[in-house]
Amino acid sequence: MLAYRVNYYTGILIYTLNIGVNYFTWKAIYGEGDSLGGFTAVQMTTYVAVSWMARAFYFNNLDREISTDIRDGSIAIQFIRPYNYVFVKMMQGLGEGMFRFLLFMIPGMAIAMLLFPVQLPTAPSAWAGFLVMLIFSFLINSQINVITGLSAFFIENNEGVMRMKRVLVDLFSGLIVPISLFPGWLSKVLEVLPFQAITYLPGSVFTGRVQGVGIWNVLGIQVFWFVALIIPMILLYRAARQRLFVQGG
Amino acid sequence: MFYYLGLIVEYFKNYMKTRLTYRADFWVEVISDLLFQATNFIFILVVFMHTDSLGGWSQNEVIFVYGFFMVPYAVFSCFVNMWNFSERYIVKGEMDRVLTRPAHHLFQIFLENIDPPALIGAVVGMVIMVISGGQLGLPFEWWTIPALIVLTLSAVAIYTGIYTALTSLSFYSDAPTGILPLMFNIQNYGRYPVTIYNRTIQILLTWVIPFAFVGIYPAALFLQREEMTSMALLTPVMGAIFLTIGLLAWNMGVRRYKGAGS
Repeated sequence: MLAYRVNYYTGILIYTLNIGVNYFTWKAIYGEGDSLGGFTAVQMTTYVAVSWMARAFYFNNLDREISTDIRDGSIAIQFIRPYNYVFVKMMQGLGEGMFRFLLFMIPGMAIAMLLFPVQLPTAPSAWAGFLVMLIFSFLINSQINVITGLSAFFIENNEGVMRMKRVLVDLFSGLIVPISLFPGWLSKVLEVLPFQAITYLPGSVFTGRVQGVGIWNVLGIQVFWFVALIIPMILLYRAARQRLFVQGG
Repeated sequence: MFYYLGLIVEYFKNYMKTRLTYRADFWVEVISDLLFQATNFIFILVVFMHTDSLGGWSQNEVIFVYGFFMVPYAVFSCFVNMWNFSERYIVKGEMDRVLTRPAHHLFQIFLENIDPPALIGAVVGMVIMVISGGQLGLPFEWWTIPALIVLTLSAVAIYTGIYTALTSLSFYSDAPTGILPLMFNIQNYGRYPVTIYNRTIQILLTWVIPFAFVGIYPAALFLQREEMTSMALLTPVMGAIFLTIGLLAWNMGVRRYKGAGS
């Protein structure tokens, strides 16, 4: 990864640019007003910066990797190896995430803090809580990715499903618009879906906006979804092993 | 010329054959494309639930710009699709096969990856323009259609130039270019009134990665926003410049291609 230096520097630049553009868009939306959906302008900036940086950590392409393995048939070899395929994939994703955490998130955040009015909390407990929540963001996002990837067993070309998933996660996790700004009925729907646990809830706690829903509540929701998503993942994995169907390769 | 047109037909037939193998997926793809557009649309609607104007642009104007933005984007994603160029052509060595054939290599790669379902987005974009344009009471002039065609083609040229140049980086480093997905997020910002951004970002979106020319500037011509008319008229020039940069970068890159070991 470090060999790919061009990617690295442009990556940091582009993440910063993303935060910058979002910042100015929100500034224009705020105009003269000082609060939107419970967010002050500074909280919104912080939320945007934190969300994009968190994305650098939890984002991975496990869905694509798994469906490529399935399509070119190399999954057959992986299945007879003495380890759990899904578990190994998740760990690969975690390794990648940690790398990006150290080399993308931390420098990116530093640049963002220099350029924009980002206000991070000072309490160590908020930081500790955020780090734990970040791990759960990663787990939930990866579980959704694994489920999408394994769906390639059943719908042979799952390109469309993967794209749909990416869109749903970015929008419904609150990366593009914080969920509290959505119309009432939609935010009600989103509250019972797992996506909000990826970006919106941790981001809200970290920006100090969510007072009612405390850290423990958010953690509870995240743990709930982590456990709940294990079930379809295992079922799908079992069914997939029964149904191995190599398309050439 | 006829040779190339013939190739387009052949590749299209080929495409239809592969598509008919995975029939259900066609509709999934169309729906997921539209869903992607819908998320941006939802963003605009949500924003205007909380404010009346975005940097002096009304909801209908912003929606109109978005409608325009969808048209060149759809044409671009139909004909130019280089997402996994590096993996497919360089790492797996398929570039060898492409290079041994008489037609231009970039042309072949474009054709091998055509994606006609994307064009449905253009239709939706035009419907959005008609509806929001009607609500704004925009006049329909004799030049509306020709201008739409010219500006769309110029915007497609800008997209193609930027993404071809970036893809040709994969000839230099054997990294699967991680820049493209990141760039993808940025192109969406070209459809907002660039005047809301600070000077640096405005310059960046106008002259360096000119995504403002695929959305807000050309659309401003139809919206009769005088402050941006000159920029709108500059779109074809920018298209020509960036397409040239892209092609030059590509041709230089291909010369460095050495073939994969496998």
